[in-house]
Amino acid sequence: MSALYIHIPYCASRCAYCAFYSSTFEGNRKDYIEALCREMDLRKEYLKGESVRTIYLGGGTPSQLTIGELEAILNHACSVFDCSSVEELTVEVNPDDVTDEYVQGLRSLSVNRISIGIQSFHDDELKTINRRHSAAQAIEAVACIKRNGITNVSIDLMYGLPGQTLDLWRDNLQQTIQLEVPHVSAYSLTYEEGTRLTRLVSGGELKPVDEDTCADMFSLLREQLSAAGYVQYEISNFAKPGMESKHNSSYWNETLYIGLGASAHSFNRDSRQWNISNTRVYIEKVLSGANDFFEVEHLDLDTRYNDYVMTTLRTRKGMDRAHLKSAFGETLYSYCMENAKSFLSNGLLEIEADTLRLTEKGIFVSDGIMSELMKV
Amino acid sequence: MKNIRNFCIIAHIDHGKSTLADRLLELTKTVIGKDLQAQVLDNMDLERERGITIKSHAIQMDYNYNGEKYTLNLIDTPGHVDFSYEVSRSIAACEGALLVVDASQGIQAQTISNLYMAIEHDLEIIPILNKIDLPGAMPEEVEDQIIDLLGCKREEIIRASGKTGDGVDLILKAIVERIKPPVGDPDAPLQCLIFDSVFNSFRGIIAYFKVVNGTMKSGDLVKFAATGKEYLADEIGILRLDMEPRKSISAGNVGYIISGIKTSREVKVGDTITHVQRPCEKAIAGFEEVKPMVFAGVYPIETEDFENLRASIEKLQLNDASLTFQPESSLALGFGFRCGFLGMLHMEIIQERLDREFNMDVITTVPNVQYRVYTKKGDIVEVHNPSGLPDQTLIDKIEEPYIRASVITSTDYIGSIMTLCLGKRGELVKQDYISGNRVELIYNMPLAEIVFDFYDRLKSISKGYASFDYHPEGMRESKLVKLDVLLNGEPVDALSTLTHIDNAYGLGKHMCEKLKELIPRQQFDIAIQAAIGAKVISRETIKAVRKDVTAKCYGGDISRKRKLLEKQKQGKKRMKQIGSVEVPQKAFLEVLKLD
Ligand SMILES: Nc1nc2c(ncn2[C@@H]2O[C@H](COP(=O)(O)OP(=O)(O)OP(=O)(O)O)[C@@H](O)[C@H]2O)c(=O)[nH]1
Ligand code: SF4
Ligand SMILES: [Mg+2]
Repeated sequence: MSALYIHIPYCASRCAYCAFYSSTFEGNRKDYIEALCREMDLRKEYLKGESVRTIYLGGGTPSQLTIGELEAILNHACSVFDCSSVEELTVEVNPDDVTDEYVQGLRSLSVNRISIGIQSFHDDELKTINRRHSAAQAIEAVACIKRNGITNVSIDLMYGLPGQTLDLWRDNLQQTIQLEVPHVSAYSLTYEEGTRLTRLVSGGELKPVDEDTCADMFSLLREQLSAAGYVQYEISNFAKPGMESKHNSSYWNETLYIGLGASAHSFNRDSRQWNISNTRVYIEKVLSGANDFFEVEHLDLDTRYNDYVMTTLRTRKGMDRAHLKSAFGETLYSYCMENAKSFLSNGLLEIEADTLRLTEKGIFVSDGIMSELMKV
Repeated sequence: MKNIRNFCIIAHIDHGKSTLADRLLELTKTVIGKDLQAQVLDNMDLERERGITIKSHAIQMDYNYNGEKYTLNLIDTPGHVDFSYEVSRSIAACEGALLVVDASQGIQAQTISNLYMAIEHDLEIIPILNKIDLPGAMPEEVEDQIIDLLGCKREEIIRASGKTGDGVDLILKAIVERIKPPVGDPDAPLQCLIFDSVFNSFRGIIAYFKVVNGTMKSGDLVKFAATGKEYLADEIGILRLDMEPRKSISAGNVGYIISGIKTSREVKVGDTITHVQRPCEKAIAGFEEVKPMVFAGVYPIETEDFENLRASIEKLQLNDASLTFQPESSLALGFGFRCGFLGMLHMEIIQERLDREFNMDVITTVPNVQYRVYTKKGDIVEVHNPSGLPDQTLIDKIEEPYIRASVITSTDYIGSIMTLCLGKRGELVKQDYISGNRVELIYNMPLAEIVFDFYDRLKSISKGYASFDYHPEGMRESKLVKLDVLLNGEPVDALSTLTHIDNAYGLGKHMCEKLKELIPRQQFDIAIQAAIGAKVISRETIKAVRKDVTAKCYGGDISRKRKLLEKQKQGKKRMKQIGSVEVPQKAFLEVLKLD
């Protein structure tokens, strides 16, 4: 079983926190789609014939493409890879792109899951981060998706936005819960280099939320969503039972995945690779038949171990110690357990049955813990 | 010999000595083409990066003047006060000095102190008004200052720019015309003054000398007076950009000798070289030994690197005899060395050289000066280290080193500078008007007070318009206490300091606050306390990290996040674990710096 990711690097405008590559210039869309198809042809062996279980169209903003364009991409993908048993086909959309017609179109392409970037239900917060939709539009978009028959909907939220208070965040969570979607992803805002938000903050025009408030927001997130029946199956992902994202889980289950398009990441167990992030250069290289549109990182045992620590500890399921021992050997196993000791004794990690995982307390400081268990 | 001129370039820091040397080397075609980079004599990486001269550099030039060929031996010297001993040695090998004064800055503290050294050695002084190309140049005003200081005539001052090359030809002429040729008898018994030595990993120790009398030939059997050791002069020669071997070097000239010398201890700068067969009657009066002014513990981050650290420090010492060291140990940091330095810049440079030349990552502890403790039993103990202080009940009295400090500034800043010096326990000795609104303040002050932030604060309160120089001025009795720092209740010996009792509260508070900034938050609260004996005088708490969860792994980008976390772990390796608390290495030193 494998996973397929397709990157659509187009956005109608740039959000203030975004460090992703996303071009607001659409002129080369046709070429881009052609390049995507060419890349599929070039890399058809990458999935080693394993059938595709999940497809994810992410961005950027995939909903900037027409149904016809999406169809062309998906059709080509299915002609190159074995898509006979796809269980989950997700498309990321922006609220302002959602119409009855568009959702119908997505349904006709067998899309069965939609991830919608909402971030906040307050217009002034949306304005601060330069989103191009209002709260009302977002609420209407979710209703529209549902009434057109796609119920597996995921909402993206952000907390710790400049100016956000705990009460405002509580209200965002309440509105989210009222929408009764099966899946919520919530990320704490990070200030990435080179973004407008980072500039505003370093120029003193905006004040970042302090760490204590951010921690309180994270607590509140966990409390409210769990009270509403969601399970935190990964640090930033919450789902109603059985509604976890299957595609997400390939990132921590050592599933093969191929990422197509500018800046997309792939993993084939021995190596990770990622495509050039500049769309124009990506198109040029792929269409000219050049084979240097990506970078490869070969994974030695320590690196694979570090990945394993990082991805599994982020999940509720935690790290399978028996697997750790068999896949990475006695030495790394004892290294891991040795480093885990102090966290086990101060209640940040716990062992249950044969899994090592973060405690409630540990989730808050998970970066520090994962880093400490890593081999460098 | 009448066609030899030996001269050095002296000035306050950054007044343009090395740049002017570039122009001299260029005009005499000593360095040409691609070799000609800015401050070419500053050949250590560190000198190039920081744009300062750390060591004196000697080089020989040929110059044709009025149809005659002259040999000019130039020594470029450092301007920073930590390295003033380098200037004094260079001066001993010369008959003249170019006194360079920045036309926009005027006379500064090291201008004066270096000038006095040169005058003491009877050097002919050629005053150069440099950087006249600068828009902020004040030629008349600064010339007035020079005239007041030297008692020279206005016409004797040469206006020049190391940047544009203006006036450089006049400087060369003046060197020939005004500086006296060296005196000495090429046929007399050999008498050479060693003024510098360097270590070269291929050639071993190389000594630089000036022949005062006699002639040294390659292959001669020579003797070093102070050590009494004899060597065969395997190779002798002159100093160009590289070393150039010669068959012989005669009185008045400057050269180098390579003779299979193994350890730096065999070469004493200031020593005399003579022939074994026909020795000179008496050695040249050497130099006073350079004494370290500040001491600090230097510890390897990884305890197992102790022996490597020793080997590295020994190698550095080959090139830098002013560095002293002896083993010591600390509860917090394990085994390391107590090193003696000429000043804070010297200490910083040694730390950086250890890192880049030997890949030795070290922790440097809070520096201190050397105290003299008189015990009740009548013993005298020299203490370089707070933990070496005998028990309070055994101490009769403690003395600390004093300096005589000279601060030169414009009258606008006198008030705030006096306040600063007073706060540093300074006693005003005198106040001299140099010229116009420039004034020199002479203070007696404890050396310990200038070790940390004196210089930085002086610069900031005077907006850069104050310069500072100092000389040791004996020991004085003082009321000192040992100030300890505790992390989560555990005393950290490497953070202990000796301080004057009046400063203890302020310092303790400052250290706690600073440590709060320097120690990253950890997964538990950290209590920081400053104490004198059992009495806690200040306290801060670093709250535990509550949340560090960062971004998601966008679209399967695992690598980026992994690398971030790996880097975080790597960073921790550079920290020292003290009890359960991780302390970044820079904290040990920066704890005493002001912002
Ligand atoms: N405008 C101008 N700048 C100059 C001149 N001479 C030197 N500088 C600049 O002044 C700075 C210091 O020059 P250096 O030659 O390194 O000064 P120094 O006296 O050798 O400094 P230390 O050896 O560290 O005491 C550099 O940035 C030079 O580029 C000059 O004649 N005109
Ligand atoms: S929609 Fe997404 S990719 Fe596009 S600018 Fe906003 S955050 Fe970035
Ligand atoms: Mg210089």
